[in-house]
Amino acid sequence: MHPLLTPIRRFGLYLLAWLPLALILIYLMAVPGRLGWLDATALIIPLCLIYQFVCLSAWYSCKAAPIQKSTAQRIWLTHVLAAALLSLLWVLLAKLLAYGLSQTPSFRGLDSRFSSQIPVIFGAGFLLYLLSVASHYVILAIEDSNKAEIRVQETSILARDAELKALKAQVNPHFLFNSLNSISALTSVDPAKAREMCILLAEFLRMTLGLGEKTSVPLSEELSLLHRYLAIEKVRFGARLQMEEDLQELSTSIQLPPLLLQPLVENAVTHGIANLPEGGTVRLSGHSRNGHVLLAIENTMDPDSAPARKGGLGLKNVRDRLEARYGKDATMRVSTENEKFKVELSFPADTGEAQR
Amino acid sequence: MTKTDGKKITALIVDDEDLARHVLRELIQSHPDIEVVAECANGLEAVKAVAEHKPDLIFLDVQMPKLSGFDVLELIGTETAVIFVTAYDQYAMRAFEVHAVDYLLKPIGRERFEAAFERAKSRLGEKLPPAPELAAAARPPKQFLDRIVVRDGTRVTLIPVGKLDYAEAQDDYVALATEGKKHLKQQTIASLEACLDPDRFVRVHRSYIVNFERVVRIEPYAKDSRIAILADNTRLPVSKSGYARLKTLLDQRT
Repeated sequence: MHPLLTPIRRFGLYLLAWLPLALILIYLMAVPGRLGWLDATALIIPLCLIYQFVCLSAWYSCKAAPIQKSTAQRIWLTHVLAAALLSLLWVLLAKLLAYGLSQTPSFRGLDSRFSSQIPVIFGAGFLLYLLSVASHYVILAIEDSNKAEIRVQETSILARDAELKALKAQVNPHFLFNSLNSISALTSVDPAKAREMCILLAEFLRMTLGLGEKTSVPLSEELSLLHRYLAIEKVRFGARLQMEEDLQELSTSIQLPPLLLQPLVENAVTHGIANLPEGGTVRLSGHSRNGHVLLAIENTMDPDSAPARKGGLGLKNVRDRLEARYGKDATMRVSTENEKFKVELSFPADTGEAQR
Repeated sequence: MTKTDGKKITALIVDDEDLARHVLRELIQSHPDIEVVAECANGLEAVKAVAEHKPDLIFLDVQMPKLSGFDVLELIGTETAVIFVTAYDQYAMRAFEVHAVDYLLKPIGRERFEAAFERAKSRLGEKLPPAPELAAAARPPKQFLDRIVVRDGTRVTLIPVGKLDYAEAQDDYVALATEGKKHLKQQTIASLEACLDPDRFVRVHRSYIVNFERVVRIEPYAKDSRIAILADNTRLPVSKSGYARLKTLLDQRT
């Protein structure tokens, strides 16, 4: 829909803007003396009434030749041609009108008096059309920037939502109840171990709660959360859960969204190790290359169990958060090979020094 | 059949976590009338132990590797009383409530344990609800089986549903055809049908469910009946309504 036609108030303003233009034109026509004031008014008012609608058509040619995407040549050619063509039509219309008016007694001879003013009408039509083109480009630019602003707002709302969902999904009730069950068993078998596990669990919960307000954490912080998580699961799974970590190459001050790795490691434990009677290994490795951090979480899996959960909720959540944060600069790859389930993440390295 | 002859109630503990088994053992120890005959760390061991010891009662964890608690229940029949043990599983809990099997939530408290035990004791010998039905009720909505468990003696076979060619009703059993072999399972064809993804499996006949991907062509046979020919040349009868179902699925896919 044409932006000047709705709302009606805007259209009214547009019509009003033409009033001074029409007055100037009348002035230009009458001053050289060939046409009387009455002649000029009778001609110009209907001509302007029609031409203001003609000028609205500039919107379509502006849309067809967007200023950022077309060459200057093309823009000029399009609009100059259109301006010439439309003002020619306008002149023709003016001639017709003058001829028609000259048939009435009060405007007798208008036709011949008007002929000398044709270049003025043509020039005015040409310039008015170009003026309209310029205004339409301004309108389009304003519209674009409004849209961009809305998009930015929407994206940030989405990002926030995804983060909140991730945080809410964090403390898996399964994990909590199973851990409590382990503690309850340990109280009689090994009270010291029970106390240790209570403390681990409390620290884990406290850390996840504190992370709600942060947008980034250093890798060291995410790792200490992971270590507590794994230490708790290790009590439950015993020898079935083996862990390997190869992160020496990475700076521990690298910044990442909080709880980015924890859900992936939790997935590896609950969907990988927990399905293996003999257990398996969760391997976390990482390095940096070309300004990107590459992290991989790998776990042994049961080839007979359900096919790799590519659409799993935890994985989707991580993918959404990466995308919300880094856009196209981040990738996440999920693969299953040789009874290994692997998630690889890549995102821009940020050591957080820029902010300090 | 309450135990009045002084014999102890035999029980089995099945849980993949050491510590979880320990809690149960401790709770059971204070009951001189129960004897724990075996402890199992996974479903396969549990199926074997049931065949071997024929226990009166099983404490069965729901989430275990390879075979879940529901799978185990399907395989051991309905002669043994079962108390399910789970940490948190909203669907499983609902299923237990509906089917009146008792269950314990981790961490397990003494009082709750006593109540479940008393209830199980009073119901010893009573038949349990059919396991497939219980398992179906415990499945989250829109999730279908991804494998079928079958037991032959003490041998347990897992058939991924993608490898199932077709299923045939045989009285109280279904014969599951996969990779050129047939496995018998005690289940009705209707309850099997309910567990399978209707976008992949079609009930083509009163007695047959076919894996849609295996169907190569359909030929007319007699008035109102047709024959489906599978990739391995097996010929299955297709009823009139079965043909209609096949056709709807075919239309969806194209």
